[in-house]
Amino acid sequence: MKIRLSFIFIFILITFILLVFFKSLFEDKSYVPKKINNKIENISIKEFHSDNNLQLKNLFDNEKYIIINIWASWCLPCRQEHQYITILSDTNNLKIIGLNYKDKKNNAQKFLNELGNPYDIILKDLDGTKSIFLGAYGVPETFIIDSELNILKKYIGPINSENVIEIKKLFK
Amino acid sequence: MIIKLPKLIFFLFFLTLVNFSNTFAEDSKVNEISKNLRCLICQGQSVYDSNSEFALSIKNLISSKLAAGDSEEDIYNFLKSKYGDWIIYEPGFNKFTLVLWILPLFLFIFGGLLIVRKVFINRSLK
Repeated sequence: MKIRLSFIFIFILITFILLVFFKSLFEDKSYVPKKINNKIENISIKEFHSDNNLQLKNLFDNEKYIIINIWASWCLPCRQEHQYITILSDTNNLKIIGLNYKDKKNNAQKFLNELGNPYDIILKDLDGTKSIFLGAYGVPETFIIDSELNILKKYIGPINSENVIEIKKLFK
Repeated sequence: MIIKLPKLIFFLFFLTLVNFSNTFAEDSKVNEISKNLRCLICQGQSVYDSNSEFALSIKNLISSKLAAGDSEEDIYNFLKSKYGDWIIYEPGFNKFTLVLWILPLFLFIFGGLLIVRKVFINRSLK
């Protein structure tokens, strides 16, 4: 009786562990948080040139959606991505806001002089705290936001030509 | 003047000490909170341990939130709403983590029972 009880217990335990392992074989390894609040607070962020504080809701004139792109002159993938942001900026009805991340003003200005300025408005995040309100991990990152400040779509890392087509479709 | 000088030095020393301990207290609170946070872009490091831009930004945010009078709980909740439960090392108690919390307790009780049975049966056999 004693042996049988522990045998049953071990059997159940091993079956359970195997079941868990077997199930995890088919699970997606990438981490996608489930319970995320996609609404951004209406925080104010400094404008790049004037240092004036701008509230996020004031970025909208009549647009339903805007694009926020986090970039920095020291970030190599941003350099690579810049051509696609430029393509997007040529699209009608599309407002692109650049959020300059932990950058020196001179370097950021040089970057724009060299590669062009595709942004309608540029904001700056000197200590990286503003990007956390967007739920960003780093640079570059691109967000599509509606006028109620809900994040509709988020691209982590540099956007590519496929993303450009996708975004253009969304804004048609 | 000769008598006053040591007093002045003592006063300055005292002032530095108070200032130092204040800064230290605030820093230690930031450290305490950041030790409980997972650096999401680093492998196996806490926000406290990491010097990545992400971790530094989170540390800046914690200092500014503490200065604004937010509690530790507020900061955890804010970060959870932005990055999900994963950013906190200690998993919260909810239906997804039920097994995680219950299983060790269950194993502990069951194991204990096995040991107790074994000891008592051995004793009764003697």
